[in-house]
Amino acid sequence: MQTIPVEEAVAKIPDGASLLVGGFMGVGTPERVVDEIVRQGKRDLTVIANDTAVPGVGIGKLISARLVRQVIASHIGLNSETQQQMMSGALAVDLVPQGTLIERIRAGGYGLGGVLTLTGVGTAVEEGKQKVEVNGRTYLVEVALGAEFALVHAFLADYLGNLAYVLTARNFNPIVAMAGATVIASAEHIVPVGLISPDHVVTPAPVVDFLIANP
Amino acid sequence: MNPQTIIATRIARELRAGMLVNLGIGIPTLVANYLPEGMQVFFQSENGLIGTGAIPAEGMAHPLLTDAGGRPVTALPGASTFDSAMSFGLIRGGHVDVTVLGGLQVDQAGRLANWMIPGRMVPGMGGAMDLVCGAKRVIVAMQHSARGKSKIVRECDLPLTSIRPVDLVVTELAVIAFPEGVATLRETAPGVTVEQVIAATDAELVVPPDVSEMPL
Repeated sequence: MQTIPVEEAVAKIPDGASLLVGGFMGVGTPERVVDEIVRQGKRDLTVIANDTAVPGVGIGKLISARLVRQVIASHIGLNSETQQQMMSGALAVDLVPQGTLIERIRAGGYGLGGVLTLTGVGTAVEEGKQKVEVNGRTYLVEVALGAEFALVHAFLADYLGNLAYVLTARNFNPIVAMAGATVIASAEHIVPVGLISPDHVVTPAPVVDFLIANP
Repeated sequence: MNPQTIIATRIARELRAGMLVNLGIGIPTLVANYLPEGMQVFFQSENGLIGTGAIPAEGMAHPLLTDAGGRPVTALPGASTFDSAMSFGLIRGGHVDVTVLGGLQVDQAGRLANWMIPGRMVPGMGGAMDLVCGAKRVIVAMQHSARGKSKIVRECDLPLTSIRPVDLVVTELAVIAFPEGVATLRETAPGVTVEQVIAATDAELVVPPDVSEMPL
């Protein structure tokens, strides 16, 4: 694990990269990393996240700056710009049920090929997907999702990169942290090793590649 | 009482102390306002909270404590927070006792459509499909008609949320249940006749002899 400035961390992300991004409606989103992606003008990104927040917040900033080519999300209804770009064909949007999305990411990070779920059976979601019968019930096969980079935001990080989250800012973050080939984490507070009790560490330090230094 | 109040008041009577309940946006959110004084129900927000409380007093909002719409909420004593995999494990795994959701259409077999209008409104399904598939009991809170057209239809022409039938639909006119996947009138609102409900409903309704008045 290396602690580096945000400019240096974002410089590692090439145009066209796939990004798993933590956060839920902008809560728990790595806002400084997002701001720096916009400043450096990374293009043609694929973003996998719960939602695209609202214009001007979190992932909404990447959408407004037209840096995203594809979004995989469960909900885009509160961001009119995402909807407009989708309708005009500038942005490909793949809508996935929220519980399926988080399980596909979890499978990606946990070394599984995918998961079986009842969610979506008999609806538009099942189109093009394999179905299997287990114990007399029909499930959809939902395949694992990973990305080149996971962008994670925690409440506390220690100097080694152990992460802890608070309240509803946890959401997708610990799951996303497991599924990126390179994991970039930021935190509200960076604290000495030992201040986060081992029982309260949610993302263990070896998972994190780069910790963003606080200003 | 306005239609929304009738619907929310009636649905609140379905909840019991100690239940884990997930409320969708719109009319479902209002249900929490009509619980009997002192009854403790655990409300889940799918962004990772059980014990969701009221909107905070001015100056008391915390930016990292929000509901699934990103609005500030409070956490009640005994609240817990968790990640999204746990949140949907609770939902799909049958740990949620009741979910109350809004609806665009429900067909006479109890199948709900509530997540998109092709070409016009494509917000994404969020957690709705998981909630209908996994909650122990699914209650739909919606007005009986929209723009003069019944929302309880013979067959949904909007994309389905799930093929699992819902348990109960509550409108400002009626309570309709779906035993064995058959739309069955249970209650009519005060001052509303069975004939008026049938006239306002596109779906075929089974009308048993013991239809009662909606307790409010």
